Amino acid sequence: MMIDNARFRRLRPLAELTRVRMLEFIREPEAVFWVFVFPVLLAVALGIAFRAKPVSSLEVAVAAEPAAASRIEALLHGAPGLRVHLMGKAEADHALRSGRVDVVVEASGVGEGMPQDVTYRYDPTRAEGRAAHLAVDAALEKALGRTDVLEAHEERVSRHGSRYIDFLIPGLVGLNLMGSGLWGLGFAVVSARTRKLLKRFAVTPMYRSHYLLSFMLSRLLFMVLEVAAIVGFGWAAFGVRVNGSFAALAVVSVAGAMTFAGVGLLVAARPKTIEGVSGWMNLVMLPMWLLSGSFFSYERFPQIVQPVIRALPLTALNDALRLIMNAGSPLAATWSQLAVMALWALVSFALALRIFRWT
Amino acid sequence: MERSDLAVSCRGLVKRYGELVAVAGIDLEVRRGECFGLLGPNGAGKTTTMEVLEGLLTANDGAVEVLGSRWGGDDRALRERLGVQLQETQLSEKLTVRETIRLFRSFYVRGREVGEVIRLVELDAKAKARVGKLSGGQRQRLALACALVCDPELLFLDEPTTGLDPQARLSVWRILERYRQTGGTVLLTTHYMEEAARLCDRVAIIDHGRIIALGSPAELVASLGADQVVEVRARGEVAPETLAGLPGVSGVTAVDGSLRLAVREIGTLLPALLNELERHQASLEKLTTHEATLEDLFVYLTGRELRDDD
Repeated sequence: MMIDNARFRRLRPLAELTRVRMLEFIREPEAVFWVFVFPVLLAVALGIAFRAKPVSSLEVAVAAEPAAASRIEALLHGAPGLRVHLMGKAEADHALRSGRVDVVVEASGVGEGMPQDVTYRYDPTRAEGRAAHLAVDAALEKALGRTDVLEAHEERVSRHGSRYIDFLIPGLVGLNLMGSGLWGLGFAVVSARTRKLLKRFAVTPMYRSHYLLSFMLSRLLFMVLEVAAIVGFGWAAFGVRVNGSFAALAVVSVAGAMTFAGVGLLVAARPKTIEGVSGWMNLVMLPMWLLSGSFFSYERFPQIVQPVIRALPLTALNDALRLIMNAGSPLAATWSQLAVMALWALVSFALALRIFRWT
Repeated sequence: MERSDLAVSCRGLVKRYGELVAVAGIDLEVRRGECFGLLGPNGAGKTTTMEVLEGLLTANDGAVEVLGSRWGGDDRALRERLGVQLQETQLSEKLTVRETIRLFRSFYVRGREVGEVIRLVELDAKAKARVGKLSGGQRQRLALACALVCDPELLFLDEPTTGLDPQARLSVWRILERYRQTGGTVLLTTHYMEEAARLCDRVAIIDHGRIIALGSPAELVASLGADQVVEVRARGEVAPETLAGLPGVSGVTAVDGSLRLAVREIGTLLPALLNELERHQASLEKLTTHEATLEDLFVYLTGRELRDDD
């Protein structure tokens, strides 16, 4: 019992520091907003913007000599997914430029039931433009007698787990763990330094590692709430499911929270001003905002930078979260991501403790 | 004196910041149970000296011993026995008085009960108040509570009452006197000579990183060789040397266009002084007298005022 008491006493400062850290946080209404409310608002906005739209039809403008125009309209009648508008040439050009129509069909006249000099005008950089061009061409050819030789079936994919919002929610969880870890810790540490509070702690017998560990521990507790807020919201509002186990999700989230607590402490280890630490944090976070695949897949970046992207802590966290939440993989499938995060967490914590500026 | 009787000793202490010499060779001995004051203007090197003694800064030269130990050994064991109040520490505004003291208490193995310390610094009524809501004097007492919570053998106080109103200053002094009754040792810095005179058994006057006078407040004042100070301002040509020759004058210092005379017998001086001014056809603009203080000693030693801020 004596040993247990002594061990407990030794950890009391750590418990006190963690407790105080959390009291400070929940008494700061703005911090609560940015950590809990903001990501939910972001999920709402992005969820609405990218919600599964009813499959919209392709808009076709027919700008032709009247006889040709009515012939084309008749030929396209009944073609699936196409909506035809008869327009003057100037009006059609304007509609194409502004994206109101996807393709403009021009023709100079009709001869033997065939439209003459048919021209398709479309923007090849827009997917809808290319699709409309092919659809209109196929519909006209078919109406004029071309027969399809290949009989193919179509399968339309809009199952849960493969929508954009299913991809987005794990990304938002990752982004939020990074943001609250870095901002939360960075500001708290640097503000304590500018207020000479760190110096005051440094003249007590407090273990210096306890001070840094208390930040890691308090992040752990808030992490549960943050992840629950976003995942819970995604499930309630968009039906985004956690296909893997919640235990695996918890382990990955802990790893993520520890990683960014470590990186946050490292970024905050030296700066003397809030402005200074803000600059560093932006520098650290910006590449990960862009590269780590929170909003869109990083597979689109050139092959040569892929290893670098995969070594970033946010990429590892996002990938692991998506494996658990979307693919429903077991925890063991995320070992390489967990290893990347553990390395970041340990190295940054050890380095932060070493170079930490107390005065 | 036995070394074990010393709470703090330092010899030949030098601290430089690049070209700037903040402390230029200071020798100090603070006895156990004593209240020792470092008195000097802003920038004299008081805080730097304190921070070296507190183990926050490493000196460029010199030897420091605190409670019989040197920094760089078992520092945590040494810190267990020290109470420190730094200049301008801002404790977390979101925490209450009790939470703050409880946090500091947790850092020490031994110490006082949190409630006991709150009573000691007279913050009972504010125990549940957020630090952000406290007045300047209350914050200072809270800082003192954080220093006293480990029941320290030695208390370092860096300008404990700077910026406080007289009422608040009195209550800080009261708390310190109570601590001293329990046998504690205090090393404090101040630029208030009343504070040094009231609290300290011995005072070292520091200027430009050196000790320029050392002794009990009474001894230091006596070293002026005078018990009154007369300050004269006159329009016209009056050389300090002429006034120095007047009866009962032990020293003359020119400060900001007026002359300060350290005087032993004010009764014989005043008529002679007025005569002398008349002889030089100088019209008197101002004449004040007060009892000699540590401030006058500082002015006499340096030709400058101790305080230029307030």
